[in-house]
Amino acid sequence: MNPLSPIKDHHKERHLFIGRAVLASAILFILLGLVIARLVQLQVFDHELFAEKSQGNRVRIQAVPPIRGLVFDRNGVVIAENLPAYQLELIPEQVSDVSDTLTRLAALGLIASADIPRFAAQSESGQRFKPVTLKLRMTDEEIASFAIQRPRFPGVNFQPRLVRHYPHGELFAHAVGYVGALNTSDLQRLDSTRYAGSSHTGKTGVESSFEDDLHGDAGFRHLITNARGRQIPANTTELLDSLPINETPDPGSNIYLSLDIELQRVAFDALEGRRGSIVALDPTTGEILALVSAPSFDPNLFAVGMSTAQYDELQNNLDRPLFNRAIRGTYPPGSTIKPMLSLAALETGATNLARKAVCVGYFQLEGNEHRYRDWKPHGPVDLHDSIAQSCDVYFYEISSDLGIDNMHEYLTRFGLGKQTGVDVLGERPGLVPSKEWKRNNFRNHDNKRWYDGETVIASIGQGFMLATPLQLASAVGTLALRGSRFRPHMVAAIEDPLSREKTLVEPVWLGNVGIDNELYWDTVLEAMHNVMQGPQGTAKAIGFGAPYRMAGKSGTAQIVSIAQDEKYNEDEIEERQRDHALFISFAPYDDPRIAVAVIVENGSSGSNVAAPIAKAIMDKYLKYGDDAPK
Amino acid sequence: MVMMRPSKTQRIYSPGSSGALSLSGLIRNLNIDIPLLGSLLLICGFGLFVLYSAAGESSVLLINQIIRIGVALIAMLIVAQLPPDFLRRWTPWAYFGGLVLLVLVLTMGDIGQGARRWLNIGVRFQPSEVMKLAVPMMMAWYLHDRDIPPKLGHITVIAVLIAVPTYLIAKQPDLGTSILIAASGIIVIILAGMSFKVIFGLGALSIPGAFLLWSFMQDYQKQRVLTLLNPDSDPLGAGYNIIQSKIAIGSGGLFGKGWTNGSQAQLEFLPERHTDFIFAVLGEEFGLLGVIGLLALYMFVIGRGLYIAFQAHDTYSRLLAGSISLTFLVYVFVNTAMVTGLVPIVGVPLPLVSFGGTSMVTLMAGFGILMSIHSYRKLLPH
Repeated sequence: MNPLSPIKDHHKERHLFIGRAVLASAILFILLGLVIARLVQLQVFDHELFAEKSQGNRVRIQAVPPIRGLVFDRNGVVIAENLPAYQLELIPEQVSDVSDTLTRLAALGLIASADIPRFAAQSESGQRFKPVTLKLRMTDEEIASFAIQRPRFPGVNFQPRLVRHYPHGELFAHAVGYVGALNTSDLQRLDSTRYAGSSHTGKTGVESSFEDDLHGDAGFRHLITNARGRQIPANTTELLDSLPINETPDPGSNIYLSLDIELQRVAFDALEGRRGSIVALDPTTGEILALVSAPSFDPNLFAVGMSTAQYDELQNNLDRPLFNRAIRGTYPPGSTIKPMLSLAALETGATNLARKAVCVGYFQLEGNEHRYRDWKPHGPVDLHDSIAQSCDVYFYEISSDLGIDNMHEYLTRFGLGKQTGVDVLGERPGLVPSKEWKRNNFRNHDNKRWYDGETVIASIGQGFMLATPLQLASAVGTLALRGSRFRPHMVAAIEDPLSREKTLVEPVWLGNVGIDNELYWDTVLEAMHNVMQGPQGTAKAIGFGAPYRMAGKSGTAQIVSIAQDEKYNEDEIEERQRDHALFISFAPYDDPRIAVAVIVENGSSGSNVAAPIAKAIMDKYLKYGDDAPK
Repeated sequence: MVMMRPSKTQRIYSPGSSGALSLSGLIRNLNIDIPLLGSLLLICGFGLFVLYSAAGESSVLLINQIIRIGVALIAMLIVAQLPPDFLRRWTPWAYFGGLVLLVLVLTMGDIGQGARRWLNIGVRFQPSEVMKLAVPMMMAWYLHDRDIPPKLGHITVIAVLIAVPTYLIAKQPDLGTSILIAASGIIVIILAGMSFKVIFGLGALSIPGAFLLWSFMQDYQKQRVLTLLNPDSDPLGAGYNIIQSKIAIGSGGLFGKGWTNGSQAQLEFLPERHTDFIFAVLGEEFGLLGVIGLLALYMFVIGRGLYIAFQAHDTYSRLLAGSISLTFLVYVFVNTAMVTGLVPIVGVPLPLVSFGGTSMVTLMAGFGILMSIHSYRKLLPH
């Protein structure tokens, strides 16, 4: 390189430089001008479009579940309510060592050790700020013990939420039913808008049948969320000011049941330790006063959620606690149908008030050796006696005159063999056989025929015949009202939760059974009265000395066939193979206000086991016995 | 050799200066240019406000950035003390040393974010930052002794001097920085008075060159170009950044949503909001007025830089000062054009505002050179 600097024309060079610099800057400033033009376009001309997009970016709509309606009994006692419960949650992003935290929680007994891997996996997957539920419902003790330990568990909190609660536990489990977590089929069936924020729905009983009223309508609120969907707390930002107005949820309606908690409790206690069912209703309106199926279960388990083991235990229990015997249990009605058959026989002329039979303890069809046995020889009996003393032979004798199709006709008029139309879902129709029914329901030619012997046993409510406790209660109510029928129902009123305005459920009259001769009614009802309070009544020990007049009919449903020449011996038969004990009754005799059907499975004797229960319920309802006014 | 040459320049002392005791005297002794420093501090200060909001009101990030600004200002002060002749003498060393570092990066650099850009020699830094200054210095050094405007042969040499570091950096890959470095070199040639015929000729060559470039580009870079042309084709993928950035700026309107109230930024819809896309945060929270305010500050800095270049006493200083100033303008343009969706997304931060380390130091060192040039200018005889 030349050690000497070339002689440069600095002046000229500087001018050239300035010229170029100005030119280059001009080009670059023009480019920058483009950016400014772009900014004007975005921020001035398209501002509204982008403002809307920015709003759409951050506003999320969240459904707010409605508060489920309450359920009260007829006195206004709360039967189903919503209680705040605390659930234990873990927020993964706030926990430094998830597995250590879970291990320590397990050591406190708050979670099961077996669940640790599952919760750890849940914390790993999913968004880090979304809480993982560790325990749905904490007991008071757990809350108290965790509260002390809480500083040691950053990122573990308890969150309040409303949980359906049944304060009386097992007492109303079958009548009111329960709510359970929404499952896939629920989600397909239910209106997704209404259930947008809901977690539970009614599964059985009133909770299910009146789901529409109880649930209410979901509301909506608008949330600010960030790019990852995390909700931004309301107090931290002014961004909330521009949100659209929220829509508050419509709470579900409250429901007043016709059930009476006091009566329900008497019925429930009466079946304590037994399998069976009790239905009590007001025959003049069809209002169900008590409905019990035993054994029962705690519906809160379903509302809160239970372990698989707990559920399996309920499901596989031999006593079938989940089974609603009151509306789904079908039993041979036994002798309880005798009053109805008597009316049918009188009305159709199959018998008359003067006809007598001599009961020798069994009955034989002509040309057949088979003995249809009675529970004891009654001697000469008329219709009245055969009801009061429950003589089977009398009914065996008139059965061929009456015929199965007449039995079917009249028992159907009393509501047997078909659904009562009660306002809770799932009831079974039971069965009243007829020749036609047999023709249609059997394949084998021989089985399609109706045999005379089948008519004989049908006359004492055995054989094919099946009835639910609810049907029997409704039928005895119809007897009490001399043929007038009301549809049984459990919901008495529906209350608007906001205006507190109640809509009463009107009784539905289902017509009359069509037997007009009062003398027939007098005879049959008198006989039923004598069952409980006559000198020879089967349940005279129960009604003896009562301060009011009552009527009833016992029944014993044979579930094991006894071979010919063999005597039914209670002691020798396994408990579960003993006869079912049934009793239907109503009171007061002259002004019926309550009708009761009681079934005690394998209770052996309707008069001795079922009748006292019916009596106790009537005492309670009519304010006698322990409740008698002083 | 070059180093043997005696200094032709001297410092200019104003007659009123009474020494280092008075503040103005101290400032002059430290070669500080008040208008330049003042506008730079204003930009940094404004930038800190925006950064605080963009980083979700995190004071950790803010303090970190203040420290970086402090370090960068010290670097600027140190560089401002170096006489232009000294810088010129050391230019080839800086340039070739930088090239060695670039080669080292490609062979043994740290990998981060899918690129090999960092060198770890005690401190972790990007050698490409060195080249941001070394390339224009080298151009100016080369042209200093030669005839202006340069001859075609010189231009060929210059083209090679630009192309080698550009290629090495593009290979990392770091397209944004390589573009900036190429631009800083090309600006020197233009300022040196290269004939327009050659400029337009090269411009015409750039069209086939663009196709060539396309064939060299990484898939993600091609995707960015395609995304620019139609961001809505993949709104949650490649187009997400630019869509959210436009929403942020557009929704800011004239006056903005207010400091720390930008929903796009605060709710994390805007990606890279405290680094490359911080301009969108500014647009959202301060609106068009805030954006134009910042651009005006940048304009002032660039204008002052060009003024210093005009006053510079020799070719080296003049070309270097012009290049530093106009490259700064390129920085601003590329970032703002990218954030507003005018050009494809290349990783160029908003100078002095985006959160980040080395680029801040490089920028301030560049302004230190400007200050040094201004202090050592010689009044030319008229």
